[in-house]
Amino acid sequence: MATTDTSFERALDELGVSVTRAESDTVREQIEETAIAPAIGVPLAETFGDTAFSLAETSVEVDPTPATLRDATTGVTGAQLGIADYGTLVLSLTERASELVSLFVERHVAVVRAADVVGEMDAAIEELDAEFSETRGSAILATGPSATADMGALVKGAHGPKEVHVVLVEEGE
Amino acid sequence: MSKADELREVMRTEGAAIAENTQAFNEGRYESVADLEDYEELKSEARAIKEDAIERLPELLDELTETVEENGGTVYLADDAEDANAYIRDVVDDREAERVVKSKSMTSEEIEVNDALKADDVDVVETDLGEWVLQVADEAPSHIVAPAIHKSREAIAELFNEVFDPEEPLETAQELTHFAREKLGEQIVDAEVGITGANFLAADTGTMALVTSEGNARKTVAATDTQITVAGVEKIVPSVGDLDPFIELIGRSGTGQDITSYVSLLTPPVDTPVVDFEDDETPLSEFDSDREFHLVLIDNGRMAMREDDQLRETLYCIRCSACSNSCANFQSVGGHAFGGETYSGGIATGWEAGIEGLDVAEEFNDLCTGCTRCVNACPVEIDIPWINTVVRDRINREGERPADWLVDGLVPDEEDEGAPLQKRFFGNFETVAKLGSTTAPLSNWLADTSASRWAMSWALDIDPRRDLPTFERETLVEWAGKRDSTVSDPERRAVLYLDLYTNHVQVDRGKAAVRALEALGVDVVVPEAPSSGRAPLSQGMVATAQDHAERVVDSLSPHVEDGRDIVVVEPSDHALFQREYEKLLDSAAFTDLAENSYEVLEYVYGLLDNGADGSALTTAEGDEIAYHSHCQQRTLGLEAHTVAVLEECGYNVVTSDVECCGMAGSFGYKGDYYEVSMDVGDRLRGQLQAEGVRDRPVVASGTSCLEQIDSLLERQPRHPVELLVD
Ligand code: SF4
Repeated sequence: MATTDTSFERALDELGVSVTRAESDTVREQIEETAIAPAIGVPLAETFGDTAFSLAETSVEVDPTPATLRDATTGVTGAQLGIADYGTLVLSLTERASELVSLFVERHVAVVRAADVVGEMDAAIEELDAEFSETRGSAILATGPSATADMGALVKGAHGPKEVHVVLVEEGE
Repeated sequence: MSKADELREVMRTEGAAIAENTQAFNEGRYESVADLEDYEELKSEARAIKEDAIERLPELLDELTETVEENGGTVYLADDAEDANAYIRDVVDDREAERVVKSKSMTSEEIEVNDALKADDVDVVETDLGEWVLQVADEAPSHIVAPAIHKSREAIAELFNEVFDPEEPLETAQELTHFAREKLGEQIVDAEVGITGANFLAADTGTMALVTSEGNARKTVAATDTQITVAGVEKIVPSVGDLDPFIELIGRSGTGQDITSYVSLLTPPVDTPVVDFEDDETPLSEFDSDREFHLVLIDNGRMAMREDDQLRETLYCIRCSACSNSCANFQSVGGHAFGGETYSGGIATGWEAGIEGLDVAEEFNDLCTGCTRCVNACPVEIDIPWINTVVRDRINREGERPADWLVDGLVPDEEDEGAPLQKRFFGNFETVAKLGSTTAPLSNWLADTSASRWAMSWALDIDPRRDLPTFERETLVEWAGKRDSTVSDPERRAVLYLDLYTNHVQVDRGKAAVRALEALGVDVVVPEAPSSGRAPLSQGMVATAQDHAERVVDSLSPHVEDGRDIVVVEPSDHALFQREYEKLLDSAAFTDLAENSYEVLEYVYGLLDNGADGSALTTAEGDEIAYHSHCQQRTLGLEAHTVAVLEECGYNVVTSDVECCGMAGSFGYKGDYYEVSMDVGDRLRGQLQAEGVRDRPVVASGTSCLEQIDSLLERQPRHPVELLVD
């Protein structure tokens, strides 16, 4: 497992995605440090079903209005899976507007549990295949910031975030 | 404008940006796929999934329709563009939409939905930045993945500054991107309907995959309440589980990215709340996700392509653009010249022939020279050059009969109709070469007179700037017939298969081949042999090529039965034996020939590897040379053998890495294409004239490469086998 999340970190690094590691009890602190204000977010329990992870008592505004969304610099959401080979985040689309929060901002902070990092793409696709057959759900495989080379050179931050930060959570053994 | 003028103009205005961008994509592809341990397996897996899906398409279509409807969406199967547009107009009209935002979709370009909606006074906005540039400029895409690839940053800046007149003139890519993002961002949140394409559609869950980088497709879906997805029926795969190889291959194959920023796996209608972006009171979660979803599946000729044994493969295409980027000619002229109504690059011939018709495919089909460099690049293993050949054959047959007096004696019976005069001349080089040798030096003298040059350029459109081959009076077969083998106790026995050039024109390389093989203990016979059919095949004369293939088998199989290996000097003939003959011969005959034949340096490599005494060859002491392999030889993975042999013989070798020399058989001789050929050749010239290479003698394996290099450089190139013997 250790090797999987180290290679995940390496892949993220190559993409220009910064990473900080946290334990369950320091997640809040890490988010506070990396979410540049004004910051908004989606309750992390949405992704993890675990109330130990919560944005309560942070400066991140949970469930903002659309107008606040458009003014926000940072959007904080959970990521359902990480894919080590590619440095990819699997972002599910929920009724709580995680898609808007992770997309309409300049900086996306994604919280990923180390235990949810899989090694290879095909493992992630298999998981989604099984899940979607049940739920008919949706997810984005997001790898690095939004980018375009359409204007004559590579520019980060086309329509989506120009920065991505990952908070990688190791739960105490 | 003549074809040559058109091509010159497009190279002048767009060539530099196209060349820079396509080559960067192509290099990126090589690097990115090299990281994939199981690259070949992934390609085969992707291929197998597509084969199966197209085979079962009617069944998958039903399944997808059912699941999408279960999910709360609507499916409309449109026969053609008009049908699709009528449906889309209705949906937009029912929604009373004033603005439609679109993410990039070639299929929506194919049906020209923008024009249809504009006719209803709907504001249609392209949100992909490249597409938007083109919308502002009122131009068509020149590349299937990067639509504005032909525009430089300077040109875009000029366009924006002129059209939008910003307070501060825009200049850098950053500024241009930011400007576009802001402008489009406002329009996206204000739109009612979002139109997307789909790269894949999973039948069992109704999930669509969208491969993008910018995030505009995500916004197009998230910010609107009505999603219309337009996709060709061929996009259906059985399940989400089948997507893995495609996700891993599509970005690497196209632009050389391991994966693009976003692969959206959406099962519409999606759960994201539909919000009013002006609202500053209601929390996001209190908006509901009332969405409509319409999947418009387009037939537009595809079901007929599925029934067509030759065009069917086109439907496996995932539109990655590798066949454009790896194409030497595309790198010079781009998709405005090398493309049809919608699609561009190698595979465009298949798409345009199937969707628009042969007449559209005809306009650019000749730009595929059959160099095969796209074949290994294609993530779904489509034999793109073969599709081009078949379509060329169909075009020939539809065409008019040329004047009989000009082709009398040059046309075998198989091509009973169609092929234009120039195609027949090049396609029947066998006859020309025989006449040439019998009458040399008269034929050489005739070829050089200005009157005959004029006649050739008039009647056959052979560019007057090209030298024509100089025929030798004594053919290689005659030379070999007059001498005795120097090998008394042979290690192996071989038959040298002679191409026309080696037999009639570049006889020296044939002699060198015989001597080198003999030096390594091989008994060699050099019989008269029918020409391979490469020339007619490259002109789309499939029946003639097939006749050649059968005659080649008839002439070589007795030698194989007699225990001889077949050694081939000309790489394009060898490639024919290994690849294209599979389509022309029955499978036993093909296998027998393919398994027993070797390119000459590959054979030498095998002999040395199996213990033959290399000291019998002429050796060098670190002499520096430059080697240009042949396109089709590289596709077969046979460049390395020549390099290894030359190094074994003591040479210090550098190799070129252009995809093709630009001559590509008869292509570079044709008046229409001479300048494209020289532009492609320029890249090779650049490499051969680079610091550290400039003074090296040049060797090259292919006949046309040798001709091309001869015209590009002062130095006269030779075939590598000539270095092996004195
Ligand atoms: S034919 Fe192959 S290489 Fe060309 S675009 Fe289609 S999938 Fe890509």
